[in-house]
Amino acid sequence: MTVYLSQSFTGISIGAVLLLIALGLSLTFGQMGVINMAHGEFIMAGAYTVYMLQGPISDAGVSLLLALPVAFLVAGAMGALLEWLLIRRLYARPLDTLLVTWGVSLMLQQLARDVFGAPNVHTSSPDWLSGRLTLIGGEDPLTLAYSRLFILGLAVAAVAALTLTLRRTPLGRRMRAVVQHRDLAEASGIATGRVDRLTFFLGSGLAGLAGVALTLVGPIGPTMGTNIIIDAFLVIVVGGIGRLRGAVVAAFALGVLQAVMEYSTTVSVARVTVLIAIVAFLQWRPQGIHTLRTRSLA
Amino acid sequence: MTSTLTRWRAPAGYALGALLLFAVAPALLSDFRLGQLARYLCFAIVAVGIALAWGRGGMLTLGQGLFFGLGGYAMAMHLKLTDAGAGQLPDFMLLYGDTSELPWWWEPFRSPAVALAAVLVLPMGLAALIGYAVFRRRVRGAYFAILSQALAAAFAILLVGQQATTGGTNGLTNFQGFFGFSLLDPVNRRTVYFLIAAVLLLLMIGVRQLFLSRYGELLVAVRDSEERVRFLGYDPALVKLVAYVLSAGTAGIAGALFVPAVGIISPALIGIVPSIQFVIGAAIGGRASVAGAVIGAVAVAWAQTTLSEEFPAAWTYFQAGLFIAVVAFLPGGLVSLRRLLARRGPRVAEVPA
Amino acid sequence: MPRIRGQRHRLFAAAVTALTVMSLAACGARTGEEPASGSQAAEVDTSGDTIKVGLLNSLSGTMAISEVTVRDALLLAIEEINADGGVLGRQIEPISEDGASDWPTFAEKSEKLIQQDGVAAVFGCWTSASRKAVLPVFEQNGSLLFYPVQYEGLEQSPNIFYTGATTNQQIIPALDYLREEEDVESLYLVGSDYVFPRTANRIITAYAEEHGIEIVGEDYAPLGSTEFATIATKVEDSGADAVFNTLNGDSNVSFFREYAATGLTAETMPVLSVSIAEEEVAGIGAEYLAGQLTAWNYYQTTEGAANESFVQAFQDRYGEDRPTSDPMEAAYTSVYLWAAMVEEAGSFEVEDVRAAADGITFDAPEGTVTVDGDTQHLFKTSRIGRIGADGAITEVWSSGEPIRPDPYLETYPWAEGLS
Repeated sequence: MTVYLSQSFTGISIGAVLLLIALGLSLTFGQMGVINMAHGEFIMAGAYTVYMLQGPISDAGVSLLLALPVAFLVAGAMGALLEWLLIRRLYARPLDTLLVTWGVSLMLQQLARDVFGAPNVHTSSPDWLSGRLTLIGGEDPLTLAYSRLFILGLAVAAVAALTLTLRRTPLGRRMRAVVQHRDLAEASGIATGRVDRLTFFLGSGLAGLAGVALTLVGPIGPTMGTNIIIDAFLVIVVGGIGRLRGAVVAAFALGVLQAVMEYSTTVSVARVTVLIAIVAFLQWRPQGIHTLRTRSLA
Repeated sequence: MTSTLTRWRAPAGYALGALLLFAVAPALLSDFRLGQLARYLCFAIVAVGIALAWGRGGMLTLGQGLFFGLGGYAMAMHLKLTDAGAGQLPDFMLLYGDTSELPWWWEPFRSPAVALAAVLVLPMGLAALIGYAVFRRRVRGAYFAILSQALAAAFAILLVGQQATTGGTNGLTNFQGFFGFSLLDPVNRRTVYFLIAAVLLLLMIGVRQLFLSRYGELLVAVRDSEERVRFLGYDPALVKLVAYVLSAGTAGIAGALFVPAVGIISPALIGIVPSIQFVIGAAIGGRASVAGAVIGAVAVAWAQTTLSEEFPAAWTYFQAGLFIAVVAFLPGGLVSLRRLLARRGPRVAEVPA
Repeated sequence: MPRIRGQRHRLFAAAVTALTVMSLAACGARTGEEPASGSQAAEVDTSGDTIKVGLLNSLSGTMAISEVTVRDALLLAIEEINADGGVLGRQIEPISEDGASDWPTFAEKSEKLIQQDGVAAVFGCWTSASRKAVLPVFEQNGSLLFYPVQYEGLEQSPNIFYTGATTNQQIIPALDYLREEEDVESLYLVGSDYVFPRTANRIITAYAEEHGIEIVGEDYAPLGSTEFATIATKVEDSGADAVFNTLNGDSNVSFFREYAATGLTAETMPVLSVSIAEEEVAGIGAEYLAGQLTAWNYYQTTEGAANESFVQAFQDRYGEDRPTSDPMEAAYTSVYLWAAMVEEAGSFEVEDVRAAADGITFDAPEGTVTVDGDTQHLFKTSRIGRIGADGAITEVWSSGEPIRPDPYLETYPWAEGLS
């Protein structure tokens, strides 16, 4: 039993990473319906931001914390630029957006290779994030690594901030209005084009944050985005479009399922099982865990 | 005058294509280059199916690697077993396997008839299963694309994880014979090329006929407005299913022909990246036109080999840039340029939303 | 209208079928027969003033990180030999091809190098999968490949020279070291999911059975996998004396971070890695690796005049910050060995070169290596290294003398039934 309990904790830490990489997508994909395959490269941009900042700032903790806002701005700006250059022309063709942004992601990867070199780069983690927190001591202690705790905290904070933005700010109201009825929103005097760009800025900025967090657990290299992008999309697909709550539940559910399966079988069997479980789940609930009810027929 | 021209344009195009593939290419190209062309033509066969499912049916099939792999492995397993001889194990199993028994699911592939049937039945059967489940629940658009990718990824991971019985990352390689003919003989490899070219042409003609049929009209109607077709009394799920299953079948055939032509099938040809690569050629050439998709697939594969040799980095930028530009601003692909320039002729095959 | 169109298409279909039948009528040899067109062996092009060799490495894709360094080392060796007068009086002309981390591409490019360019030999390949993919091409064309990376053994193609370690020159000495010097009685095996780790772990399991070592766990992560929270937990829970790590590339970064996060250290549970060389240490982070063990035949710090001049020449050519590693050294050595074989044979023909191979020696950076003509592998010295906090790997143990290559482990009774 303790094994499953401790694996649930591992699952939660996996889920925290999944949630953070998918959070930005819940805006761009969930709210706007844009399938941005370059999302992974925005995450990569966030990770390289940490690497760049560690040049001039030798203290790992300071540079990590400073990287959070900087990466948010860098990735957000990249996202806004992408929206302005390409995506706004393609709102009527979501599948073409997928392909176009995949092309963009290829380019950004090659760019990273040319600028930073093909090998992985290394960033150091601050001392206060090494080691782990013991939740229950004794024979089979339940522990959580500080680095994972940091990611979990970051994810929770980001979800809270995003919820507040969507619910309580004028920008959030406008964003929801555009999602629910674009024409009506436009007729009510909302500059939908600007709202789109801002939404995209926020979503991509969140990818930057995720990139900063990923430097604590994984490699930083030109291909890091490709490895995670499908996982991120699956979280949103399972969670259901348009609801943050769905993404949160899906991220942790997938994380725990993966961790428990992995412990009792092998990594590849666990991966395949999770993927098949997702397909089966969508049979049962094609619109994901939570859905916005709309009047459309599908 | 114009009507005669229009009427004869497509057949003339196919005749020209046949001339190029059967007479010009074999006469001009060395054995090695002809082998390369055979490989590109396999990708072109996949593109024919993509033109059907995506171009006409609006289903972005980002997981064709799955079906390509099923066809490829079915063929490769048969060739491996034939090479090994009756009662013997394939060479890689002796190296990596734990048992001296042939796994039960390998056994049927000893028979050439079963293997050839499996090349079609496995991908089409699986596609029917997936398609039935997915389309019935009205999963579509991006959801469908992402699910296809996930399934292709799952299949690749599964193959890699079972090294003892599938060859793992190495895949299956080193084939000596092809239905009794030695693959070491250049004459036979030429024959494989002809076989591939013939299959491609037949499939192109067949799928084009399908486009022109009532079913083709219905498919485009479903693509453009599924609800309207439903109100008219048709079952859109069934219409889409047929196109999806057929496109899986073409991918399976392509995989099976790839094996004797290139001499390898491995998980690296199945996962997410190769699956997207299959789509790129069709998108650049012209997704809604069979000829466009085929020409695009061959051109991109050819450019990949030649340009990536000379300028690997620049090639990535160029390929990605061209791809972005075509998809974003010329969704009909490069073949639609002609129509745009001429501004005449019927605009039958507009692209999906 | 439609009917006419349909008829015409049927006509075309018939024409195409006829063409197919015609082309099929010209059939070649059946399996087992010799092709009518005679032997397939490709000609080595000796017409020019230079002699061409092929370099086949991934310059793009996931494997580029590692394989580009091998290409650099190969080019360095070729430049040095050319500056010294070349081979049989001819300058070596390298033709570099990109394998693009894709196995079918490797097969295609090797065919191009052999048939179009008429190269005398090809140097390169890294992954076992790429080697398996090109092997039939080299055997069918009767050409030569020099393969510079340690590998899983159980192979001996007459058309390949293996200049990296086989298992009894790397894995078995590493196990001997763990058992004798570190008193390891239980092992946890962690590897990437591909041929080398799986085969290595089968050998390790057989060895462990013989020597009373307990294998307490065995896990494979898909190539490129970066989520190691669970595997690290399983490793920690197992309480093993040591970890034998055959992970490749990116996965090592995540694994060592999770490993450190669980509180494990090199003192409590050392990790011995067989795929982490000087090149990879920087990307993983030396602080995560400090004190951990590696098994290779060569380190940048290996003593000897030959290595000093190799490191010097390499850094002069490519930059002071570039480390040298085992596969690079094996690649560098392979060019010199080929040149020596050609000089010995007095010919560029593959058969002559192979016949001259046995006993050829070279004062390589790792020490003197000798070609074993029977197996076409090298006699190599095995070395266990410890990674320092500065990222340098220093030798803590060596086999002292070169070990005879035994790719099929025929001299180890416990290994019976592995191949």
